[in-house]
Amino acid sequence: MNQKNVEVQEMVRKRYEHGWTTAIESDSFDKGLNEDVIVALSRIKNEPDWMTEWRLNAFRLWQQMEIPRWAKLVYPDPDFQDISYYSAPKSAVPPRSLDEVDPKLVETFTKLGIPLEEQKRLSGVAVDAVFDSVSVATTHQQILKRQGIIFCPISEAIQEHPDLVQKYLGSVVPQGDNFYASLNSAVFSGGSFVYIPAGVTCPMDLSTYFRINAKHTGQFERTLIIAEEGSKVSYLEGCTAPIRDENQLHAAVVELVAHKDASIRYATVQNWYAGDDDGKGGIYNFVTKRGACLGDRSHISWTQIETGSAITWKYPSCLLKGKGSVGEFYSVALTKGKQQADTGTKMIHTGADTRSTIISKTISAGKSDSSYRGLVRVMPGAENARNYTQCDSLLMGNDCGAHTWPYIDVRNDSASVEHEASTSKINEDQLFYCQSRGIDREDAISLVVNGFCKEVLDHLPMEFAVEASRLLSVTLEGSVG
Amino acid sequence: MLSIVDLYASVNDQLILKGLNLQINPGEVHAIMGPNGSGKSTLAQVLAGHENYTVDETRGSVVFQGEDLLALSPEERARQGLFLAFQYPVEIQGITNSSFLQTALNEIRKSRGEEEMDALDFAQFLKKKMELVEMQEDFAERFVNFGFSGGEKKRNEILQLAVLEPALAILDETDSGLDIDALRTVASGVNRLRSPQRSFLLITHYQRLLDYIQPDFVHVLYDGKLIQSGGKELALKLEEQGYNWIREAEETLPA
Repeated sequence: MNQKNVEVQEMVRKRYEHGWTTAIESDSFDKGLNEDVIVALSRIKNEPDWMTEWRLNAFRLWQQMEIPRWAKLVYPDPDFQDISYYSAPKSAVPPRSLDEVDPKLVETFTKLGIPLEEQKRLSGVAVDAVFDSVSVATTHQQILKRQGIIFCPISEAIQEHPDLVQKYLGSVVPQGDNFYASLNSAVFSGGSFVYIPAGVTCPMDLSTYFRINAKHTGQFERTLIIAEEGSKVSYLEGCTAPIRDENQLHAAVVELVAHKDASIRYATVQNWYAGDDDGKGGIYNFVTKRGACLGDRSHISWTQIETGSAITWKYPSCLLKGKGSVGEFYSVALTKGKQQADTGTKMIHTGADTRSTIISKTISAGKSDSSYRGLVRVMPGAENARNYTQCDSLLMGNDCGAHTWPYIDVRNDSASVEHEASTSKINEDQLFYCQSRGIDREDAISLVVNGFCKEVLDHLPMEFAVEASRLLSVTLEGSVG
Repeated sequence: MLSIVDLYASVNDQLILKGLNLQINPGEVHAIMGPNGSGKSTLAQVLAGHENYTVDETRGSVVFQGEDLLALSPEERARQGLFLAFQYPVEIQGITNSSFLQTALNEIRKSRGEEEMDALDFAQFLKKKMELVEMQEDFAERFVNFGFSGGEKKRNEILQLAVLEPALAILDETDSGLDIDALRTVASGVNRLRSPQRSFLLITHYQRLLDYIQPDFVHVLYDGKLIQSGGKELALKLEEQGYNWIREAEETLPA
């Protein structure tokens, strides 16, 4: 590697601060996917037969499906036989109590800003730390248990709470839902399970931190959150991965179930490795997230800050079934280099008096391409449904693209659906104004971008908002002339 | 404080400033008046460092606080103590006045090796400054100039001046578009900020601002040059007789 290359590498590394790897011995499956692999995966996790069957059903459905090609994304089809579907640190199987966690893993998460020792955690946030295919630690379980709250790795829930898992797994995102969700249903490992009993407000934010470490592996986690009648929970998700030249696949499924008067806030700060400026490497992020507002007046809110991944394909959605239920989607998607993002939401109104709000902020820099794709559907039974959608795009430079694809399908005359959209370039007058007050150009850009995203950042829990705002600044560093 | 010698500047290849000379000492208030198109705003933008303006650096020089001003970026100029109150202040959505000003002040303090001001101290500091320019408290939490009336925007510029405490404040047509009450408030804010160390450069089209802010010197800018200087009485003469007598005098001069 010549000197110039080294410098460029350094710059990219600087901009992506989580690009390091942990040297740790892992048990990984050989590459490839067939029914035997799925059975082996199910065995290694000690799963009951019904779970194995469920996976195999999903796999059979998946085999008959086609890769979705409707998104505005250009990428070579992943080779699904060239991926290892399971990788776990040897020391982490099965997940142990906190003080027995491999120090190397503790160090890894500490370096990511996620200290696992509970006494060191300043904030009241319980964390499930997922490393490649397994959860390595879940904090605060005992405190939560006293209120009947279950917060544990999904594989533990399959063992310990089979009734709940059987009842709800696939109830919002069925096994045959879409190509990547079916793949996930067949091979998922890692991910969190949350159950909030009736009437309980979860006393702390729950959080899962996903870390991909091993080479040639994909991460296929599955998260299931159930909020019983009148309960409340706020859930945070963060993710990072090392810098690698290869593309790695991340295909997750998240299902949320909100019963009568329940409320779920789900926030994501996605910072997967995005590839270098030439588009080499980076995570392919194909995620299905969906929440069902089953009960009357239930409430589901998605907030996402998407700054990473080479490819993002993600549409956190709400099924608004309960009378007067509310769905919200707040999104910031920032792309630079050669990143491509096609992200948005679906709001499906089936219940009367249901309301949804969509606020999408897209920022494109470098040679990146970013699309908002959203569907608002009002079914015949949804009397007086209301939706408000606002999509704003901010362009930096002349080589990037921003696109908006709103789909509106209204089958009830009483509905009220509003859509506003804007596209603008970063305003030089604003930058000069900031500079003339002593703020340097890069800080001025991040100030203006943060202002542009404010409506979304305001929906993040405080600690996360600070982190997200910092992340936006770091990500933009050096990406604007 | 500021020494401008033989300044030539152009925008879009059109020469606007054609050999401008100006000397400002600490504590002095200078007013520059001139007809439309004479180069008043160009001078303000050039001094603040707007990239659309090209200065012919082979010809003249601008020295500010002992430094070559033209070699500094806009933010470095601000940190050196130069402040421009914009003729058309810019709106920034999503950023509160208070956090904008705290960021700016701390950038300036940092560059001088001073300690940054924390949110609590800054809130109190800002409150006092807002009283000084008679601004209601809720403006602190409103987005920078967003949805402000013309008068509120101008007053907000004076608030920024008060917060950043520059050595030299350039006011670019701060009086334009103000009704008489707003003009009075803005002027009294400026007067309270006058000090033996702080200098002002008032750029204006009309004499009426100078009824409220007494200048030490008045200059007439015409066709990119200061062609006449004097005291307050020059402003009054311009008000009475317009710019035509200057124009005629200028045009009859031998080339």
